[in-house]
Amino acid sequence: MYLAKIYVTYKPSILDPQGEVIKSALHRMDYAGVQTVTQGKYFEVKLQATDVDSATAETQSFTESLLINQNTETYRFDLSLVADEVDV
Amino acid sequence: MRAAVISFPGSNCDFDMLYALQDFGVDAQIISAKTNDLTNFDAIFLPGGFSYGDYLRTGAIARFSPIMSAVTQAANEGKIIVGICNGFQILTEAGLLPGQLLMNKNPGFICDEVLLTIANPDTAYTNTYNANEKILIPIAHGEGNYYADEATLDQLENNHQVVFRYADNPNGSARDIAGIMNEQGNVFGMMPHPERAVDPITGNIDGQGFFKSILSAILTKVTA
Repeated sequence: MYLAKIYVTYKPSILDPQGEVIKSALHRMDYAGVQTVTQGKYFEVKLQATDVDSATAETQSFTESLLINQNTETYRFDLSLVADEVDV
Repeated sequence: MRAAVISFPGSNCDFDMLYALQDFGVDAQIISAKTNDLTNFDAIFLPGGFSYGDYLRTGAIARFSPIMSAVTQAANEGKIIVGICNGFQILTEAGLLPGQLLMNKNPGFICDEVLLTIANPDTAYTNTYNANEKILIPIAHGEGNYYADEATLDQLENNHQVVFRYADNPNGSARDIAGIMNEQGNVFGMMPHPERAVDPITGNIDGQGFFKSILSAILTKVTA
């Protein structure tokens, strides 16, 4: 079984109000060195696949069709082989 | 005219829309998003609310509801499809309208009444209003900031697909856009709530023209 760790962020051109609010709070907390903050989304998806290529293709497919909106968001992901879930 | 108001899990303006349509004599009924047949309806309304809890992104889960294949089919047949607030968000996620509704530019949920300008009076949604007329319509949203890339925005302008604009932009929407339609003009979405401004008891009837326009457009189409 594969574990996909998927990181979704806004494209650089898109305003991120949550990131801006967090940044202003950090500045109020005297973290004066903080330059930028962006808030994204993180997903962990475990999936059955025959090999790493098909796991990659499937992850790209469901990420682009549901997890992100391609108007404004972009993503990257890591895949690793993990032990199958066992029902106990 | 027979109209369907789609009820998604988490819709909360479905009955407001139903009552507004019935006020204008429309044979309207609530249809569950878990069904998949809209062949008996002339117009489809996707109401406001928080479908699927707004999980992931507003409208992102609702667009995969069983009913959405029927909505897409109805859109392709040229039927009138109207998305209000969350309904607008669902139509953009489904790709039936271009762009996306992002979080309001200034953080927070806005519940207010705002002035809208009629950007195009020659549509199925505005034909009883005058060009540049201003109407007061309630808004209630946290994700109403209309975004599309510059090329798409230019295309919307050139094709006169911008139907309503904010007179005083409350949420950061690109080019003050409050409501748009597709190129054919039969699929429409807006963030403000005209269905909350039809009954005199609420103190505001500026939304009546919206419903009268749709009725007039459908009657014209039927008799044409």
